[in-house]
Amino acid sequence: MKKEQLLDLYHQMVLIRRVEERGAELYQAGKIGGFMHLYIGQEAVSTGLIAAREPRDRVITAYRDHGVAINCGIPADQVMAELLGKATGMSKGKGGSMHMASVEKNMWGGHAIVGGHLPIAAGLALGDQYAKNDNVTICMFGDGATNIGYFHEALNLAKTWGLRVLWVCENNVYGMGTSVERASAVSEIRQKAEGYAMKNSRVEGMDVLKVYEAAKEAIEYVRTESQPYLFEVTTYRYRGHSMGDPERYRKQEEVKKWQESDPIGIFRKHLTEKKTATAKALDEIDASVEEEVNKAVEFAESSPEPAMEDLFTDIYTE
Amino acid sequence: MAKITMREAISQALMEEMDRDPAVFIMGEEVGLWGGTYAVTKGFYDKYGPDRVKDTPIAENAIIGGAIGAAMVGQRPIAELMTINFAFSAMDYIINQAPKLHYMFGGQFRVPMVIRAVGGGGRQLGATHSQTPDAIFAHFPGLKVVSPGTPEDAKGLLKSAIRSDDPILFIEHATMYQVRGDVPDEEYLIPIGKSKVQREGKDVTIVTYCKGLELSMKAADELANDGIEAEIVDLRTLRPLDMEPVLESFKKTNRAIVVEEGWKSYGVGSEIVSRIYEEAFDYVDAPIIRVAQKEVPLPYNRTLEQAALPQVPDIVAAVKEVLK
Repeated sequence: MKKEQLLDLYHQMVLIRRVEERGAELYQAGKIGGFMHLYIGQEAVSTGLIAAREPRDRVITAYRDHGVAINCGIPADQVMAELLGKATGMSKGKGGSMHMASVEKNMWGGHAIVGGHLPIAAGLALGDQYAKNDNVTICMFGDGATNIGYFHEALNLAKTWGLRVLWVCENNVYGMGTSVERASAVSEIRQKAEGYAMKNSRVEGMDVLKVYEAAKEAIEYVRTESQPYLFEVTTYRYRGHSMGDPERYRKQEEVKKWQESDPIGIFRKHLTEKKTATAKALDEIDASVEEEVNKAVEFAESSPEPAMEDLFTDIYTE
Repeated sequence: MAKITMREAISQALMEEMDRDPAVFIMGEEVGLWGGTYAVTKGFYDKYGPDRVKDTPIAENAIIGGAIGAAMVGQRPIAELMTINFAFSAMDYIINQAPKLHYMFGGQFRVPMVIRAVGGGGRQLGATHSQTPDAIFAHFPGLKVVSPGTPEDAKGLLKSAIRSDDPILFIEHATMYQVRGDVPDEEYLIPIGKSKVQREGKDVTIVTYCKGLELSMKAADELANDGIEAEIVDLRTLRPLDMEPVLESFKKTNRAIVVEEGWKSYGVGSEIVSRIYEEAFDYVDAPIIRVAQKEVPLPYNRTLEQAALPQVPDIVAAVKEVLK
């Protein structure tokens, strides 16, 4: 990967973290409502994964979607505006935190029913198969989504019909507050692909370059073989499941241990050790992100509320 | 005009739209090799091949969720549910995904999908396979719910549904595939969301749709023998609901009954009666009566099943009651 690309990945990861840290503050201040699920700690997963796609490859994810939206190229302005429910958000303030999307950026949501978007992902790939192109659909979900029926119907259909879906399970150890061991018959989620004779692998997800390399290979397989693939990425979220999480299910030592392998720290170390960038150059990126996020917050706060008549727009297309 | 069956009308609509638009394809259980469990897609597999007539696993979430995804990226899938009772297995997609996607993402996504589903009782299939749950689906903004009662309407409405960019649930009745009716020879479309007066009369308004239309037409013939002229308004679409022809008729007759095959409580009739009271209260000359299914899970036994379903004599009696 070229230097510019590497620095771009670093920029994306820092941007996700700062956008979410500011989002958390705005949530505490009562400016963001509803549920908000932070991606902090997991930035390497979607950053590495989405860097490995072609622009024509589709991305669809669950409700922990701010990072994915940023990686897909949705400007921080629009992410922040959607969080604040403003008319300038990408879903015009009608979707909120859990429903970020952009057809232009090939980002198909932001879906809030656990596992519910998996059959839809199979459908996106079905649409591409019907159109006889070789686009890949990258479908991200948590470990918790692999215990519900949707997952199994979607994997079975994808394998039976040869749909080009890269199923990406972000195994962050907990489905809400219930650990994988307490909820899933197998602790390695990738094993679930075996029942569908589906190729699979498990990769460590705190290192963005490891994720990128493995995802590149997996996407290539899906595209050329016209077969789905289950790609499990192990990771950890540093914040609660959502903003209102008492975190009684885990010990702070556990969080601290995972924070030692902070994805941004690991990547920073890599970049300086390989002399891709100096610490000063990375500090400058950090500072530019700070500025970018300030602008995004300013943009969102000064944006108009949706008009009252928008309550009744877009129920139907006609 | 040609006299054809409901089955032929639906089949013609599907075929004409598949011939017209290559983005249209069919997916569902036994729609292909088998030819459709109600033989609606008989011959389609041979004509269009497995890419356009897709036999799916028995997996309703995959069928409807898959159709939604394909529709989002520009195809025009027609997903078939073998019976509407299986819709409950895919409820998340029918009520919680498809109707929300356009609105919730600020108009970015479109879901040009038709779900064809066969409903209704009267075939001794027992409680889980005989329901008429139309009202449940009509509850949700964002979904369009169409349920025709004649071959002409079935063909014209289905063609419109396939061309629509909105998700549409198209409900057929299991005992009506042999119903015959005149259908225009030339191509035609019938707009979704328009109720229609199917029989004119001056004494009483019968508001109904689908199977209720068949029963109400028979009841109107009987009533005519007694000198009572019933006007029948066929809703054809349950959402969006077109009340205009209903209110127009009611303002003329001042008396109405509503006939539906589903259960009475929280049903289509409840909605129609409320709307009449809200929008035409000054015209009400008698309490409006709902004729509907008895409040029981449908039994297998034929005599018991028929006793639970609304029948022609129930409609005749209800009309005579409101005319008292």
